[in-house]
Amino acid sequence: MSDTTDTGPVLAADGTPLKRSLARALRMQKMRALALIAPLLLFVLLTFILPIGDMLFRSVENSIVSETLPRTTAAVQTYDADGGEAPPESTFDALAYDLVVAAEKKVHTRVGSRLNYENAGISSLFRKAGRKVDDMGEVYLDQFVELDPAWEEPQALIALFADPSWAASAGGEDEPRFEYSSAAAEVLPGATDAYTAWARTIQTEDQDSPTKEEPWAPVYMALYHDLADNPDAASAFEGDTAARLAAAAAAIQSPEWQTMSTRDAFVDIDEDWADPEVWRTIKTYSSKYTNGYFLNAADFQKGHDGPELRPELQRIYGTLFLRTMIMSLAITVSCIVLGYPVAWILANLPSRTANVLMILVLLPFWTSLLVRTSAWKVMLQQQGVINDVLVWLGIVADNDRLVMINNQFGTIVAMTHILLPFMILPMYSVMQTINPSYLRAAKSLGATNWTAFWRVYFPQSVPGIGAGSILVFILAIGYYITPELVGGTKGVFISNRIAFHISQSLNWGLAAALGTILLVVVLLLYWAYDKIVGIDNVKLG
Amino acid sequence: MKLRNLSALAATTALCAPMALAADMANEMTLVSWGGAYQQSQLKAYVEPYLEMNPDVTVVWDESSAEATAKLRAMSEAGNVTWDLVDVVASDAMRLCDEGLAMEIDPDEDLAAAPDGTSASDDFGDLLVSDCFVPQIVYSTTFGYRTDLVGDTAPSSVCDVFDLEAFPGKRALQKRPIDNMEWALFCDGVAKDEIYDVLGTDEGVARALAKLDTIKDSVVWWTAGAETPQLLADGEVVMGSTFNGRLFSAIAEQDQPIGMLWDMQSFDLDGWIVPEGLPEDRKARVMDFLKFATDTQRLADQAKYISYGPARASSAPLVGKHEELGIDMAPHMPTDPANATNVHIYDYEWWADNRDDMDAKFQAWLAQ
Repeated sequence: MSDTTDTGPVLAADGTPLKRSLARALRMQKMRALALIAPLLLFVLLTFILPIGDMLFRSVENSIVSETLPRTTAAVQTYDADGGEAPPESTFDALAYDLVVAAEKKVHTRVGSRLNYENAGISSLFRKAGRKVDDMGEVYLDQFVELDPAWEEPQALIALFADPSWAASAGGEDEPRFEYSSAAAEVLPGATDAYTAWARTIQTEDQDSPTKEEPWAPVYMALYHDLADNPDAASAFEGDTAARLAAAAAAIQSPEWQTMSTRDAFVDIDEDWADPEVWRTIKTYSSKYTNGYFLNAADFQKGHDGPELRPELQRIYGTLFLRTMIMSLAITVSCIVLGYPVAWILANLPSRTANVLMILVLLPFWTSLLVRTSAWKVMLQQQGVINDVLVWLGIVADNDRLVMINNQFGTIVAMTHILLPFMILPMYSVMQTINPSYLRAAKSLGATNWTAFWRVYFPQSVPGIGAGSILVFILAIGYYITPELVGGTKGVFISNRIAFHISQSLNWGLAAALGTILLVVVLLLYWAYDKIVGIDNVKLG
Repeated sequence: MKLRNLSALAATTALCAPMALAADMANEMTLVSWGGAYQQSQLKAYVEPYLEMNPDVTVVWDESSAEATAKLRAMSEAGNVTWDLVDVVASDAMRLCDEGLAMEIDPDEDLAAAPDGTSASDDFGDLLVSDCFVPQIVYSTTFGYRTDLVGDTAPSSVCDVFDLEAFPGKRALQKRPIDNMEWALFCDGVAKDEIYDVLGTDEGVARALAKLDTIKDSVVWWTAGAETPQLLADGEVVMGSTFNGRLFSAIAEQDQPIGMLWDMQSFDLDGWIVPEGLPEDRKARVMDFLKFATDTQRLADQAKYISYGPARASSAPLVGKHEELGIDMAPHMPTDPANATNVHIYDYEWWADNRDDMDAKFQAWLAQ
């Protein structure tokens, strides 16, 4: 009896406490189970979760503007976008330095396309400016060279801008990435930045060496501005370089020295560069992340005082989301109404007959979606089979044929037909498990046919309806081929717009935002379904 | 530049390595096109002749031109571009060029000169609408009508499309703003050369949509080029816009009671782009093919199989008869002087800027 009063831990055979031993055994089991599903988990993660996550991330990602135009985005931060005026000259200078690099890398049109989504017309501004920007500052280049031809010589510029240890290793094969000298960066910050950008760009883009090439004109523009700001720059250098800089610094003070305005140069390329709206767009979309796509997806836009509703002429997504929900619901309901009796018959026939009939349910399932959709066109159009029959029967007049396609009715009919098997199959497998003796028992206790069905049979078939409804509704919400073909103007879904932005406009950010909203709405509905009906109540068989 | 270097190199090393150039070319090429009769015309006119000259080469077709922009971007992001030459319409070529997904092409270096020595850039002329684009054909979006359903007087002006009294019944229009907006403004009294100025304003857009509103209830909107010929054949619509080649095959090959309405036909271009970032051997092969496939004779040959006008000026006089039907093709070309009396010139630059914006407005109007 003393054993039972012992309060110490129960020990396993090997002396460890049983609790710990049990926990270890369970953990081993879990690890083994995990190892078994690991390949699948990894597969799902790599091919499903990650790509979807990447796509969703695009709905907020906006780094292209600040990466392509780093100097400009920094400069516009202080720009008063609501002041009604274009930014100052220095911002245009920054744009010239950014754009000349971007044009060499051929990415200027990409940032133009990105901004064009927000403000129509910007794409051609960037396209045109990219063609001419490397001439900007040519007037300075010419004057510097006239002053001293050495300004054109790569080696003279290397002596000015390059880090001496870099210059020592430059020129050969596998040239290291260009490094600027800290002295130059201190007294000639703009020119060093412009020269460095040029040197690194030609290194990576053209496999050229700055020791052999002449820089583009904007470098000289930057040099002019630096010398104007800091006429004493020569003192930081020695020898020829110092002499050349001193001579140049003196020359730019002379009244004969010609200057140019980058602002005017941009406006010459296209007058819209002076449009404050263009600059407001650049400023608004200069951050790395943006909520702009989501605002667009909800029919909003970034106005002067925060988000504002778009003009009525451009509102579309709200309508489409609502329509997608309502029509998917209508399709789900018509699938239930049409599918329930079919599933009931299938479940109550002898299995031999049921199997034959099952093929009839599955046959459309195996037919191409496009064929089925086109078949509905033939059936429903005004010169189609149904109208012809109705006219022949005299039910409708020949000149007053029914319009049954290219509208919501057409979409609902065609999609109900296409999605019906997804409703019938789960219902059928649930109904098969309902014991027929329950119905007989109910009737023997005095229930009418209807009561027996409604009180006994129907509640047991609800899990099948639930599973079918979820399947059909979620499939319907994402359909786009059928609505596109038979939906006309009033029967198209939000997915048609997502498809448009993915494949036509290439505005993947907006497509991602629309997709994210759709996903969240579906999850919310799923959650609501769980709260109201209970997800445990769903059975596929 | 590169080609010249290559050929110079080939010339200098010709003695010791005569096959150097050919050996540097890949022997498989993936061409992307539209499928159907158009792809067939390309196959007959230049792919088969090229394969005869280069028996080692195999060509794989991918019928993905309709989704080419999206697929090419996805391939480029994945770092694995499997296409070598892609057939796209001009506006898509501009978009791909802007996105850096298509390679820039120097017409005088990369393309063949005309037989009389005219340089390729002069021979293609204004049709080189993008730095990355080599046009093959000029097609037009224009109207066909059912000769037996329009009454005694056939429609003769694009504005008859907007005239529901004279021509009752449904019309098929493409489900996009391009062309429809211009036709609407033209028929609302805007002069042809002012269309884009007017369309650039909010009032102009409202005006175009208001004009379209007058027929909105009678319009069937199509998205695929095959729809209009089918709708016309079924008698679902009395008139509809589509590509002129589709109407040609409905009329000439299928004997449908359909007439052509060439008034205000909208010219557009279709051609090749080479994806950016191809490995050198594949690039060498595809540039070799491109030069052959876009020369004067090849483009003229293509017109034997489909009623689209060759993009080179020098090809036009060489256009002959239809390969199977034996009918003269010139009168069926959108560029034929008799058909081109009143032509709508589509402004690529304007649409590249305004396509997305205009599309949002157009779709919002459709959904109302």
